[in-house]
Amino acid sequence: MTSEAGALPAAAPGEHAPGEHAPAVRRRARGAARWAPYGLVAPFFLLFGAFGLFPLLYTGWASLHRVELTAPDERRWVGLRNYTRLLDDPFFWNALGNTFTIGVLSTVPQLLLALGMAHLLDVRLRGRAFFRLVALAPYATSVAAATLVFALLFGREHGPVNWVLGGAGLAPVDWQNGPWASKAAVSAIVVWRWTGYNALIYLAAMQTVPRELYEAAALDGASRWRQFVHVTLPGLRPALLFTVVVSTIGTTQLFGEPLLFGAGAAATGGADHQFQTLGLYLYEQGWVNLHLGRAAAIAWVMLLALGAVFGAARLLGARRAG
Amino acid sequence: MRTEKAGPGTYALLVVFAAVSLGPLLWAAVAASRTSTRLAGTRPPLRFGRNLPENLAVAWTDARLGAALGNTLLVAGTVAAGTVLVSTLAGFAFARLRFRFRGALLALVVATMLIPPQLGAVPLYLLVARLRWTDGLQAVILPGLVSAFGVFFMRQHLLRALPAELVEAARVDGAGVLRVVWHVVFPAARPAMAVLGTLTFVAAWNDFFWPVLVLTQPGNPTVQVALTGLGRGYVPDQTVVMAGAVLGTLPLLLVFAVLGRQIVGGVMRGAVKG
Repeated sequence: MTSEAGALPAAAPGEHAPGEHAPAVRRRARGAARWAPYGLVAPFFLLFGAFGLFPLLYTGWASLHRVELTAPDERRWVGLRNYTRLLDDPFFWNALGNTFTIGVLSTVPQLLLALGMAHLLDVRLRGRAFFRLVALAPYATSVAAATLVFALLFGREHGPVNWVLGGAGLAPVDWQNGPWASKAAVSAIVVWRWTGYNALIYLAAMQTVPRELYEAAALDGASRWRQFVHVTLPGLRPALLFTVVVSTIGTTQLFGEPLLFGAGAAATGGADHQFQTLGLYLYEQGWVNLHLGRAAAIAWVMLLALGAVFGAARLLGARRAG
Repeated sequence: MRTEKAGPGTYALLVVFAAVSLGPLLWAAVAASRTSTRLAGTRPPLRFGRNLPENLAVAWTDARLGAALGNTLLVAGTVAAGTVLVSTLAGFAFARLRFRFRGALLALVVATMLIPPQLGAVPLYLLVARLRWTDGLQAVILPGLVSAFGVFFMRQHLLRALPAELVEAARVDGAGVLRVVWHVVFPAARPAMAVLGTLTFVAAWNDFFWPVLVLTQPGNPTVQVALTGLGRGYVPDQTVVMAGAVLGTLPLLLVFAVLGRQIVGGVMRGAVKG
């Protein structure tokens, strides 16, 4: 429902029989009443200005300076040097590539599994409330707790995952150091935490699909698979879009998982930077190497990268539709 | 909504999903109940041992998880209550009051929903450092109160749940703004306030990036900062690390067990209509 209602809207149909006392549009020039709305939004906008908007705008300015964490009050103008040094740093490109790889490795399986799980839950079954709650247990687990547990599960020498692989006659995998294995392990943490959450979002959307559509499709002799593709999926479009956007934003922010998955929680993201993400690279530059100006530049580049991904997606979508 | 009954295949797959969802947490509890020598054995432990109380005690004191739990409860509670209040007031103004720049201000709020928190981190850190707030909980609480999502969520709810005539009638009766808010807006907003409060509490409890920047271990940690300290080898014993992970997760799991339906409903509602 998106009725734009002002202070004195016309009554929506069916809500209010327009009698003689239907609200008339009146301008009341009582001072207090005129200023009241500003009073109500003031708390939010004061906080928003100080802790939301000001930092956003100031990031651009800070990224043009040399600012050290040890002396945050001293700034030296360096122009675009923070950005040029960034583009010359192989570790930046490495972090950008890792972010993309881990993003794909975590988002795609996560959303596909969530679709399957939602489809399983979208029938009459016993213990529905229990399964829904269990789906959210990983979401209740913090990044830090989940990563510490998974780092142990994926241990090279004594980890249960390698023990199971060994039982299946496979060689142990070096989950902490392998360039691909470590990215897969970090992605597994993300998949584990968010699959159930996304499944519930899909489930909510599935339950709004009218039952008649399924019945009609069944009468037409559509198989279950065809019902899923032609009835369920179209009803999920907004939910799919929402989860893809949220997962993509989440990918650019990946920080806790790669920080705590490495030994000693080093900001390098593995001995070889093999799973250092952009978020972790920003942290390393700003809070380990103490170059806050450069961290600010990385933050801007992250936003640009996000914008580029969404821009490309829109172009592709437009091309496919057109 | 499909109406067919679940077959045995569906149950089997759901049980697998449940096992994968709960398995890591259960195994963490098993590992936390063992000794470090047993954990470094050739075969990972699969049954509970007897060392859980001991490991929990070490995590509680040495890793400062006890203090951290109190801090986190304070932070998450304050952020949830404050966010609900601030968002409800602003959401009501955006939904049912007419004022200059309303559209522009709302667009500004929505636009910031998509911006990653990393973008403001550097200036925010400079601000907090200048105010000498590092290691103070207010450095985590105050920025946490800014929830564009909260304002938008409350506005959407009040557009549905609060008839404009109701507000108008109260104003005609001569009620001031505060009385309207208290007697008309809050009752209509209550269900959404509960959902927003719960979701905000969970998010604040698990918030990681910003607290790790401004709070220190062993100075004044939240649970997530204390767990990061464990990851940094603050207490090198992995059984204690697992005890910390269990201890830091248990309170939220209890919240979920008690308020499960609400949270499930919140996740399902907040997203689909967002």
